[in-house]
Amino acid sequence: MRRAALLALLLCAAPAAADSGLPPAALAYTQLPDAAQEAKAKALMETVRCVVCQGQSIADSDADMAGDMRAMIRQRIAAGETPAQIRKWLIARYGDYITYDPPLSAVTLPLWLAPLVLLGLGAWIARASFRRRRRTNE
Amino acid sequence: MRRWLLWLPLLALLVVLGFAARELMKPADRTVYSAMVGQPVPDFALPPLVPGKPGVAAAEFRAGQPRLINIFASWCIPCIAEAPQLMRLKEMGVPIEGIAIRDTPSAVTAFLARNGDPYRAIGDDKVSRVQLSLGSSGVPETFIIDGQGKIVKQHVGDIRADEVDAIYQAWRAAR
Repeated sequence: MRRAALLALLLCAAPAAADSGLPPAALAYTQLPDAAQEAKAKALMETVRCVVCQGQSIADSDADMAGDMRAMIRQRIAAGETPAQIRKWLIARYGDYITYDPPLSAVTLPLWLAPLVLLGLGAWIARASFRRRRRTNE
Repeated sequence: MRRWLLWLPLLALLVVLGFAARELMKPADRTVYSAMVGQPVPDFALPPLVPGKPGVAAAEFRAGQPRLINIFASWCIPCIAEAPQLMRLKEMGVPIEGIAIRDTPSAVTAFLARNGDPYRAIGDDKVSRVQLSLGSSGVPETFIIDGQGKIVKQHVGDIRADEVDAIYQAWRAAR
């Protein structure tokens, strides 16, 4: 009986609204009429992190704020701004975290150098083991 | 090949495990902070949203008086929890400018009638434009602005009862 009552309570619980009731911004879900501009905007959107959903790009997210960011990017591209300018503007607001294309800096340096270091290490190990094999063959 | 080199992979594994354990015990702070702290407030002018209350314009912020910008919305649940703290700050004499994100006049009027109205002015930010220009990542958020219009502090999330004094002190220090 109690379980049934709890279940009934669960069923009538209203979900907490975490999004606004306003319709999405004008260019949030509408492509730009100029295909070349839209392609530029889309490429940029895919590298911009959604700050409310964090694991997604704004191109992938249906959050209100991601929609507003998409609308802003499309509007600015249509107004003649370059993707690089818009990315710079976003980084000035949110830091490098906002972009999935991290610029080279002291913090990201290991990210770029690690593959080269590992490659060098592999070559060194391979050389050592080839040399040993040659010696045992002789 | 030297014998001790054999232990190197195990050592590397232990370093990775140690790193993972540390992150599990003490997860990194995933809050997205604004990079605008320390910078002047970007220029904007938001129209009023509710009758009888002016809109918010960044030009006023340089007039010498420090203030809070509170980013809120009627559809935001933590904003309801934050309302009593904002009322307390208002009673302590702190001017609070509201920026309503994606909101309607009727919804905000009802929200203020129910939770109290701590705002000196409320700007209507329909497409989060000003929110994005401040580097804010959600609602509610509060920025402390000094008398010259510079952002001196950002508070992400709702202000809890035990955080009111720190906010007040930071506002006083911004004079």
